[in-house]
Formats: sequence, structure tokens, C-alpha cells
Amino acid sequence: MPFYVPGEDPGTDFLNLLRRNGLDPFPTTLPGTIDAGHATTVLALRCTGGVVVAGDRRATAGHLISHRDMQKVFPADEHSAVAIAGAAGPAIQMVRVFQLQLEYYEKIEGKPLTLEGKANQLAEMLRGHLPQAMQGLAVVPIFAGFDQTRESGRLFQFDVTGGRYEEQDYATSGSGSLHAGTVIKLGYRKDLSESEALSLAVKALWHAADEDSATGGPDPIRGIYPVLTVITDQGFRQLSDEESGAVFADFREELAEG
Amino acid sequence: MAMPGMYVSPEQLMQDRADYARKGISRGRSLAAVEYQGGIALVAENASSTLRKVSEIYDRIAFGGVGRYNEFDQLRIAGVRYAELKGYQYSREDVDARSLANQYAQMLGQIFTHEMKPMEVEIVVAEIDSNGAPELYRIQYDGTVADEQHWCCIGGDSEAVLDRLSDGWSQDLDRDAAVRLAVTALAGTDRSISAQELEVAVLATDNGRRCFVRLEDAETEALLAI
Repeated sequence: MPFYVPGEDPGTDFLNLLRRNGLDPFPTTLPGTIDAGHATTVLALRCTGGVVVAGDRRATAGHLISHRDMQKVFPADEHSAVAIAGAAGPAIQMVRVFQLQLEYYEKIEGKPLTLEGKANQLAEMLRGHLPQAMQGLAVVPIFAGFDQTRESGRLFQFDVTGGRYEEQDYATSGSGSLHAGTVIKLGYRKDLSESEALSLAVKALWHAADEDSATGGPDPIRGIYPVLTVITDQGFRQLSDEESGAVFADFREELAEG
Repeated sequence: MAMPGMYVSPEQLMQDRADYARKGISRGRSLAAVEYQGGIALVAENASSTLRKVSEIYDRIAFGGVGRYNEFDQLRIAGVRYAELKGYQYSREDVDARSLANQYAQMLGQIFTHEMKPMEVEIVVAEIDSNGAPELYRIQYDGTVADEQHWCCIGGDSEAVLDRLSDGWSQDLDRDAAVRLAVTALAGTDRSISAQELEVAVLATDNGRRCFVRLEDAETEALLAI
């Protein structure tokens, strides 16, 4: 059982606790470089009641599709989510440690971190990940959540060096981010409702998949649809495949009508 | 610290330490844990609304401590760390109350025999499994661990509280009834405890992954009013 004397106590830092117990989650002394690509489209946009976070489901290895039902949007805790682009293995590991860090902090301190604190924590992890990013295993997440003190949705974009940039309207990441970003930019308004924001997210993901080979589109044959999530004061909610399918069906009608 | 010309028998030494620890624990207020259909209620008499006696350890595990606050809070944090590290290394399902209770027992036993001063604490580790089956462990200042059935009580006046719990407990208690039973057992016949002086939390199977929920004072007040 880990027991520390005052002065040596790792406090609320879960990463430090892992390292002190011989479980370094991000080993940095790797030889050589690996090209793990940047194959994804994830996005987040603010709406009146909070924020919508969405991502496609495709994972690629070179020109091959390695997974059709990847999850790239994760709840970080009850009122926030993180969407990932970049090397899948390190990205998923980073999300896992991030989730554990938030819950660990909450339990040790008796209250959760502020949304700002959570975003800074993720930036800190990215900064620590820079050596691996230099070796080709870059991770570029988006962090979004409902800020209970400000009573509004907020979103943050990052770069591989741990740079943290708060966005007012929307954020995109991954190889399809340019296309998705343009679609959102053209359709965005400050007063988008939750369902309007979901429709815009679906439109952006569809156009990204239409232009970028590394981004997956809707797959009605298998019933696999991009992940759509909403964070409001009620917390994080992921739409079921049926619900996402319905939003895509509406978009198909819109396309058919021209 | 060896003093020339002074001999204390090991029996006496252990006895003195035990008396010291018991005295410290008996000064504080008690804490009761009561099983009910679908959960475990943990109720402590606690005038402070920020320094907690009952807390969350992991998805299905809660912790209750009485005695010296800084000491049982240190144990609480060690428990959170132990559970989080185990869950990270293996899986969340591999974290269980039995092994945590054993870890606490080892640690308290070690401190009791090897340190200058024993910990003046008594703790309870509660767990509810995915089918709603409860487990309760009571661990004493010297590392004695007991597997309790249906209810348990730690702290100063525990004998009298245990009698009242045993009289009032039945298989079909619901959450509110379990909390009321714990409160009346802690209060006894000649006094009542207000919601502001209580700390109430439950481990409930219907609360998703994290079973631990605190009850607000208003909620406690409402259910005690019935």
C-alpha cells in the first residue's frame, strides 16, 4: 500500500504516483522514429446549452483501414470530453491516464478540478509527451466541457508541444480537420441550438470523409456511424448509433433536395 | 528507546498502546454502516461539513473512519492510491474491498507494533458488488480485521449502537429506512441528531459506475422528518 511521509507525498499528481510505483505511462527513451500518421477527423462546437463533440470511426495503418469502429471521443469526466487525433495507441493511453487523473484529483481533494484546471492538466500531459511526438507518435486532442461556474460550454484546442488555445466557436483536429473546419465555419452561428449543432457536426464529418481517405463516413450497412456527443449542465451524453443514424438520415434528405 | 534499569514486559507494552489507542478513539463520535436492498448506508455524527469521515475509495468501495482525523485521512488517501494503482495495472473489476481491508490491516498492524505511537483510528471498508451483494470490513487500530454482517459500527459508543442496530435491522430495509435506523442507533433514546450534525453517504448499485453518493443536508433532513 503506497504510504508517504509529508514532503515526499505525490499529492494529487496521478502521473507522479504511477512513476513512483514503477508504472511510467509514457516512456520517453525510445530509439528511432515511427510514422503513425494523423488519420482522423474530430471536432467540437459550442451551442446554446453547451458543446457538441464528434468524431469519425476510422483508424488507418498506411493505406489500409485497421478499424472501422474506433472510438475517438471519450468522456473525461461527467461534464467534459476529450477527442483525439494522432497515433491511436499513445492517444488512447493519454485519455486513460487523463480520465484517471481527474477522478483521482476529485477523490483526494474532495472536489473536482475546474474546467480550466482540467485543460491545463491535459496540456501538461502533452508537454510530457513531446519526445514521443518528435518520434512520430504525435497526439493532438480537443478538450471540451460544460463550465459550471460560467454556465456555458467551453472548448480548447492543443498542439503537440502542449500549447493550449481556447476557442470561442469551434475546433477541429486530424487529417480531415481542414474540410470539417471550413464546413463548420460557413454554417456556424453563435445561437446554434443543440440539434442544429449536431446537424452541422454531421455535415462537417461527412464532407471531411468525402475528401479525406483517412476519415470514415457513415456505414449504414454495418450500422456504424460517427460518434456524436453533447455536454450540457446535465453532463456528458453520447448519442446511440440509431440516434446518430437519424441525424445522418436527415442530412441525406437535405443533400437529395439539393 | 532503551532506558537502563527499566523493564517493561511485551504484554504490558502492547496493553499500554492498546489503551492509548482506545482512549483516543472513544473520545470521538461513532459511525454506523447499514446494509439495505441495493446498497449500504454510511452515517457518521460529524459537526464539520468539510472534514469528512465517510468518503469514496473506488467505483464500488467506500471508506469510513473515526478517531484522529489526520490519521484516518492518511489511510483514506493511501486506500485511494492503492485502488487506483491496482485498477490501472489490472482492471477496474480487480479492485475489491477484501484485499484493500487486508492492506489496511497489514499497515495498521505494522504501525501498532513498530512505531512510537499506534494510530488512534478505527475504520470500515464497505463494498457493494454488481449484483448488490454487500461486504463490510471493520479494521481496528492494531490491525485486527473483522468481516461484518448486515451492519457495523465504529467509534466511541459502539457497543450500545450495535445493540440498537441489531434490534432495528431487517432484510427489507430501503435506503431511507437504513439511514433512519443508523441515525436512531447513533442517537440513542435520550437525544436526537440534526441533519447538520450528520454526514450521510450511500453506496448504491443504481448509481452507475461510481456507486458512492453523498446526501445533502436537505435530503437527510427530509428523510429524517418521516
